[in-house]
Amino acid sequence: PQLMNRTDKKNRHILLLQFEAEYRRFALKRNSPGDFQEFYRLLQTIHHIPGVDVLLGYADVHGDLLPINNDDNFLKAVSLASPLLRIIISKKEDEPGVFATNSLQRRKKGLGLTGLRTTVSGSAHSKNKPGLMIGLPQNFRQISSIIDVDILPETHRRVRLHKHGTNKPLGFYIRDGVSVRVTPQGVEKVPGVFISRLVRGGLAESTGLLGVNDEILEVNGIDVTGKSLDQVTDMMVANSHNLIVTVKPANQRNNVVHRGSKTSVGNCGSVGSVGSTGSTLSHDSPSPASQSNPITASFNYSNASNSIAEGDSDNEDDDRDLILENDCLTPFDSHHITNTSLSDNSTTMSTLNGNTASSSHENMREDGNIITL
Amino acid sequence: MMKFRFRRQGTDPQREKIKQELFAFNKTVEHGFPHQPSALAFDPKLQLMAIGTKSGAIKVYGAPGVEFTGLHKDTTAVTQINFLPGQGRLLSLLDDNTIHLWDYNCSITPPPFLLLPSATRVTVLLLLKSCDLLCIGTEGGGVYFLQLPCLSLKDNQTLLQDQVTKSLPDDYRCGKSLGPVESLQEHPQQSGKILIGYSRGLVVLWDLSTRYADQLFLGKQQLESLVWERTGNLFVSSHNDGGYSVWPVTSSNTYNHQPVTSTIPYDDEWMDKLLLSVPCSSSPVLLYSGGMPRASYGDRHCLTIQQDKEHITLDFTSRVIDFFTIQSPEPEKEFDDPSALVVLLEEELVVIDLQSPGWPSLPTPYLAPLHSSAITCSCHISSVPPKLWERLVNAGKAQHGLQQTHRSWPISGGKNLALPSKQQELLLTGHEDGTVRFWDASGVALTPLYKLSTANVFHTDCDPSDDPQDPSDDPDMQQEEEWPPFRKVGCFDPYSDDPRLGIQKISLCKYSNKLVVAGTAGQVIVLGLSDERSDHLVDVSVVDLLQDREGFTWKGHDRLEPRLKPAPFAPGFQPLVLVQCLPPASVTAVALHAEWNLIAFGTSHGFGLFDYHRRNTVLARCTLHPNDSLAMEGPLSRVKSLKKSLRQSFRRIRKSRVSGKKRTINTPTSKVQEANAALAEQEEVAPVQRRIEPRSADDSLSGVVRCLCFADTFLRDGTHHGPTLWAGTNSGSVYAYALEVPCVGSGRVSDRGGASESSVCVEAVLGKEIQLMHRAPVVSICVLDGRGKPLPDPYEASQDLAIAPDMTNAHSVLIASEEQLKVFSLPKVSAKTKFKLTAHEGCRVRKVALVVFSSAAQEDYSEHTLVCLTNLGDMHLFNIPGLRPQVRYDCIRKEDISGIASCVFTKNGQGGENGLILLKIKYCFYLISPSEYERFSLSAKVVTEPLFSVQLDRLLEPTPKHTSASNTLCSTLAGQTEEPPSSLSSPNLDTPLDSPLSCADLTLDSTGELTVEDVRDFLTTVDEAENNLKNIKEEEGHTTGILIN
Repeated sequence: PQLMNRTDKKNRHILLLQFEAEYRRFALKRNSPGDFQEFYRLLQTIHHIPGVDVLLGYADVHGDLLPINNDDNFLKAVSLASPLLRIIISKKEDEPGVFATNSLQRRKKGLGLTGLRTTVSGSAHSKNKPGLMIGLPQNFRQISSIIDVDILPETHRRVRLHKHGTNKPLGFYIRDGVSVRVTPQGVEKVPGVFISRLVRGGLAESTGLLGVNDEILEVNGIDVTGKSLDQVTDMMVANSHNLIVTVKPANQRNNVVHRGSKTSVGNCGSVGSVGSTGSTLSHDSPSPASQSNPITASFNYSNASNSIAEGDSDNEDDDRDLILENDCLTPFDSHHITNTSLSDNSTTMSTLNGNTASSSHENMREDGNIITL
Repeated sequence: MMKFRFRRQGTDPQREKIKQELFAFNKTVEHGFPHQPSALAFDPKLQLMAIGTKSGAIKVYGAPGVEFTGLHKDTTAVTQINFLPGQGRLLSLLDDNTIHLWDYNCSITPPPFLLLPSATRVTVLLLLKSCDLLCIGTEGGGVYFLQLPCLSLKDNQTLLQDQVTKSLPDDYRCGKSLGPVESLQEHPQQSGKILIGYSRGLVVLWDLSTRYADQLFLGKQQLESLVWERTGNLFVSSHNDGGYSVWPVTSSNTYNHQPVTSTIPYDDEWMDKLLLSVPCSSSPVLLYSGGMPRASYGDRHCLTIQQDKEHITLDFTSRVIDFFTIQSPEPEKEFDDPSALVVLLEEELVVIDLQSPGWPSLPTPYLAPLHSSAITCSCHISSVPPKLWERLVNAGKAQHGLQQTHRSWPISGGKNLALPSKQQELLLTGHEDGTVRFWDASGVALTPLYKLSTANVFHTDCDPSDDPQDPSDDPDMQQEEEWPPFRKVGCFDPYSDDPRLGIQKISLCKYSNKLVVAGTAGQVIVLGLSDERSDHLVDVSVVDLLQDREGFTWKGHDRLEPRLKPAPFAPGFQPLVLVQCLPPASVTAVALHAEWNLIAFGTSHGFGLFDYHRRNTVLARCTLHPNDSLAMEGPLSRVKSLKKSLRQSFRRIRKSRVSGKKRTINTPTSKVQEANAALAEQEEVAPVQRRIEPRSADDSLSGVVRCLCFADTFLRDGTHHGPTLWAGTNSGSVYAYALEVPCVGSGRVSDRGGASESSVCVEAVLGKEIQLMHRAPVVSICVLDGRGKPLPDPYEASQDLAIAPDMTNAHSVLIASEEQLKVFSLPKVSAKTKFKLTAHEGCRVRKVALVVFSSAAQEDYSEHTLVCLTNLGDMHLFNIPGLRPQVRYDCIRKEDISGIASCVFTKNGQGGENGLILLKIKYCFYLISPSEYERFSLSAKVVTEPLFSVQLDRLLEPTPKHTSASNTLCSTLAGQTEEPPSSLSSPNLDTPLDSPLSCADLTLDSTGELTVEDVRDFLTTVDEAENNLKNIKEEEGHTTGILIN
């Protein structure tokens, strides 16, 4: 079942409902659309489907189907209405691939081709192309993000690298160096740690957010001033599953500039070129300037801007350990014990019950690290 | 701007107070032999010996237990030390030409010093007996005089060379300079007369009062040293041709051209130093170092003792630094009556008893050469049961009862006031030559108890039983033929016969007297204590840890060949079982559970479990990752380092080319510019890079087993506990095995009924496997009981030696990796608490121990704490199981990698009357240089510190009272400089020692951090708890009259 909504450009919105090929059209106030939860409940009442879990998606200007699942992308979606906004509602069970381009037959579109295409739907063009799947938000693997733009000085950049299960190396090297600081006493030279090299094809290079000679200021929120190269290395390796580095980029031209200077940010680094790797860039800033890239900018607001590293580790537990338990281990059954003695560890380990197997599965998915037994 | 990202603990004042009562960091004692000694001195009045080192330290030793240390501000070699006899002061001359005056009263006080013009390098010092004048001989040939204790130059007294040359006969003078002053010696009977020896050979007897040369001795040989005979009628000079001359001193003639006798005992070698000593009723003893024929014995370090026809050449294994004899201090006596010869060698101290016939050597109560063979591992056992202690002491006595005399230690200065320690502590050191040495670590001095050799379990190349010759008479034969008559003295022997014998891990069960020793070639030896000599064959088992994994070939050393014939084993620890791992890689972890008769051992390939009671292998598990190739290379592998060294050498070549060019350009420029250029070059060279990459499963040596532990806990389910084995690897894997040990485990026995003992074997089933996601090496595993306390050691619970573990509540396991500390629940393993140390601090965990800290204020309050030493040398303390950081101390310099690696924590304490563990020790040892252990204390309550008094025969100047230890340093210095020197320059030598006014008892502290006043203040500080006051009272009772009023 799919529902499609359209909104008006003006302050009144028209709704078109499609339920089993049925459309509804309704209006929303553009300048005060409310929050996502309100909207969600509104849709449920409009469609008379209270209690049914649904997934919301909208078609953006390029014709891609993008999800609405929080306040930010809801606001983004509303702001993009021109004049109508198509909203597609599907039941949650209908996964996966709801947001794949081929589910919307008219919008088959490769991510990498967005720049070339216009908003016109081109179902005829893409028939022979293997339709690129756009998965559910949770199926998307975020590999990097710029965070805390609102609280950092413009010259600094806080980059989060997510190394989930990719075979890609993080792919960068650091070195000692001398940093020049401007102090009230004048220019001062202090020791600092810098990125010395990016490995080709590595995660760091492919995000485009880190560059050679960028000075490393913080690692996961901890100031590296006064720390040796080895200490910084150890800190980064220890955090490698969810690495957040604050750098002072050597190239200051691509900085995210705050509100009011929208024009200078059109390129926002080389992020656009990373599309094929499935990378997304999320700016957790309310500033419109930060949402410069139409493909990547509005996706997956995983963190509120004030999320902190500690909270991250509590919620996500980025390094949950893999624990395998032996079910044959019953306390009083000596037969079991004698059966699985010594060297046949492989068999012991493979006899996992469904519960452990699924939980370890979960681990693998969340941590992205597949451990072969 | 930058956000405060991590929550910090709020500071709860109550908690802060408890912390202060629990933890305090102190460096306490240094054990062992000082690294690179460079000077030796002896105070005959106070009977104290001082040793200076190349790093600028001065260590003073008296009677056993009396020792203290001072450190010069800069690390310059101490070239000479001179005591101001009886004053509790000493002078030190450093390599940088500075002279320092030290006072024991404030041993840390950086003493006043005088920097002589660098052109006149100081060669010798002479302190007059009156202690008010210091004569300084210099390279330029001048002799300067300094007033003491203010160290001011007596300008008008300076004796320059031309004053001496004026009075020389023309034919001797021949226009040349006399050379540097080589020796200065005061006349033994007539004060104010000194003997000055110049390098060219001239010796002058100079009268200080008349400032005129009494006598001139026109020697023609280059002079090395001078020594007076006691009466002052003759002196002996030693020369660089290996000879010595005896000169008569008669007041009749001014010029002496010829010595009475001139002897060259050997052929043609340098004679460094010569001493002459006259014992009563016999002929003089002549002692000299060097003098050996260069061609045949040039590489030996020798000291010769001659008396009449008796002649012994002591053959040392390291260089002779200096030596002195201990003799009667009264100048009125007719004879020196030497009792002992003390020789300071580069690596040990040797004392020869000169009164017993045959001149045997005396065992030293301190300064033990720990490093007689390189130390490869160490292990500390606290509160050793008296029975085991006694048996060890007896075994040790039997070992060297025959070799050494039982005369008391001749250096007897000071009085040891430390109470004999309530509990015995044992330090075990494993050595490269396959020996394990047992040391008494209870007190301030580390004394050897017993030495165990594991080499005789194996068949080695240098096996004495292989030799067809009888070893007993052969060396004697050689010795008779040999001249000079050499005698091997000392125990420093750094050469190992076979590196595979090296000891890597030690574990001792103090209750069952079982010892496990594991070595470099995968050998694991189980030993039992026996008081009887025994000849038996050791059972040998081989455990294949590879488990038929394909594609691995071991390229390292072979396994040691076990001895096939029964071997004799002396009383002490005797080997029972030998387990050899295959491949024979070095053992990296070992665990012993004597109650279950099990040992577990791990190498870089896997781990095994062995039942030494039934002599069968229970388990062998390979931990190798298929991609790990390095593990098979063995210890001689150069795979990684070759690549690295190639890169480095290329870099060096490139660098040297660059610098070579620069140097040719810069030849005429100054040194400063050159240095600047060198600095600039350093910056040019590509900086070191570090790769940032998460650890992966196939990192090299990922299979190395880092830790093993036994525990009686809940692995199967929450209601039944039983024996378990835990193993952690280098790649963050933890394996937990449930063990089936016959007759162990509650309720199990009745179930089995009468199962026959012999047929039932120990079984092991893999229960859990934990892969830490960050894959850092697992440093330690420890199971905590229901109250969050670590489980007691084997036998402790069953023998009621410790409080029984809580088996009613859920247990948990603490896993410490290099990066994180984590507590998991049991039996369902899920993370409860964790602390990401590396992510927070950028440091990696090196050593971890669970320790009980007792409060210094409350008698019955103690806390279990996780002590964690990191690669930066700092010590982090965490509470358990909460893992909240408590305190952090900087402990070791981070450059001192071997110091960090060798650190040993003491962990166990002493059981109180009611079975509660009250006193636990929290020191850790670490090797500060290859020959020394330094001791730290983290406890606010238990500190092993020397406590002693030294009687001085001078008035102690009043020193201002200080309120805190931190500011004493400067104020003591001020107090000293304020003193009018006149009151000090005349020491009351004649005052009887027991006079209450003149004698001063000092309580000294080897760490040199507190002066005597500070000790008192510290003890009586109002903030200190009443508990401490009680301690003082006890001490006062023990050391009556210690305080000066």
